[in-house]
Amino acid sequence: MSAPRANPPMAMLAELTHRCPLSCPYCSNPLELERKDRELTTDEWKDVFTQAAEMGVLHVHFSGGEPASRRDLEEMVAHARDAGLYTNLITSGIGLTRRRLEALDSCGLDHVQLSLQGVDAQMADLVGGYKGGFDRKMQVAGWIGEIGFPLTLNAVMHKKNFDRLEETIAIALDMGARRLEVATVQFHGWAAKNRAALMPTREQAKQARLTVNAARARLAGVLVIDYVPADHHSDYPKPCMGGWASTGINIAPDGSVLPCHAAHTIEGLNFDKAHERPLKDIWYNSHAFNAFRGFDWMQEPCRSCELKTKDFGGCRCQAMAIAGDAAATDPVCIKSPLHAELVRRAEADAEDDADLIYRLMPD
Amino acid sequence: MSVTLQDSDCPVILRGVRTHFDRVRNVWVLLAPERVLKLDDIGRAILDEIDGTRSFGEITAILAEKYDAPPERISEDARTYLSGLIARRMVEAR
Ligand code: SF4
Ligand code: SF4
Repeated sequence: MSAPRANPPMAMLAELTHRCPLSCPYCSNPLELERKDRELTTDEWKDVFTQAAEMGVLHVHFSGGEPASRRDLEEMVAHARDAGLYTNLITSGIGLTRRRLEALDSCGLDHVQLSLQGVDAQMADLVGGYKGGFDRKMQVAGWIGEIGFPLTLNAVMHKKNFDRLEETIAIALDMGARRLEVATVQFHGWAAKNRAALMPTREQAKQARLTVNAARARLAGVLVIDYVPADHHSDYPKPCMGGWASTGINIAPDGSVLPCHAAHTIEGLNFDKAHERPLKDIWYNSHAFNAFRGFDWMQEPCRSCELKTKDFGGCRCQAMAIAGDAAATDPVCIKSPLHAELVRRAEADAEDDADLIYRLMPD
Repeated sequence: MSVTLQDSDCPVILRGVRTHFDRVRNVWVLLAPERVLKLDDIGRAILDEIDGTRSFGEITAILAEKYDAPPERISEDARTYLSGLIARRMVEAR
């Protein structure tokens, strides 16, 4: 079978490290976290960014864990910017000082995306599992504003905080953010362990949509709101962005090159390392990147469904997690034989009142 | 709140938003937080005239002259285009 022709990737998610002072129970990192001594070196990362720019990547998102855990963050941002990339820092703010932010400013950092764990210290420190985290974050947000970085606030929404969405929007405005991401928790990574603690109710999901729409109208030209709805309460899956391995390329701390951050959960796929094979070759020719490109891999009901060109059959990682087969229809889809069971489980988890299970770092 | 742009307003391209020539795809783009907009010649011509001091009226007058086009037409096109960018928080009218 010849592989369908892919376009160059638009964006790179660079997971510099899995280290993080917080331990959010919905962290998208894998359950098996990489230790510091397995991380790519500064020079290896720089080479990744050079290759990324050459192959057509436009945005690079410095992420983690907490990217500020890397002391060489500034050097890498400067390198990526020199290579012509748009640089975005995805951070909890913890580990950043005013001095480091000023250094990042002179390195040409384009944009900061700050995560919000809760609307007050009690909630935020509970969710982040880090005492004092909220106060520190508010201080960092102040510095970001003073330096003048454009800011996006990213709020992961779930059962415990959905009812405080209006307050979340108010915080984004207070911080002077231009964008707010209202992202309903995705049940990959650590969040999959926390379904019973985090699954929103159907009512919450419905209310969130109304709140977001009202805020968008009210705040046009002031705050852009991106909304990621709760897909377990939907009839159709969220589209896999442009299709598998079509838009973004992810680099894990150890250099593994993935089509998306949850792709390591898919059995039977082997991921090349960025320091062992040219990125371009991995993107166009590797088995893992070609596994679900195009439509030939699809099964019924997706294969004969007209929506397949829009949603690409939904999420491969979710199909793997719930159907046990990465080529299956995303069970969120009403046409999936597993849909009814998915809804039943989502509703049961939404009614539950489980404690949070925190992400743990390896010693 | 609606987004309007008066002739006397001074449009500025916000920090974190910049034009970039994409050598791989051979096209000009506008890079912004989480967004990439493809720029056609018209979009680029409009953005090129924004320098942070010129008013919208001045910009459209320059464009009308440069491209020998009716000012009302230019003004309408540029207003639609920039209003879209203002709504997306990429440009601000000051
Ligand atoms: S059957 Fe497949 S392609 Fe059709 S809507 Fe469902 S997930 Fe999408
Ligand atoms: S497979 Fe799933 S997690 Fe990966 S990009 Fe697609 S939707 Fe996202």
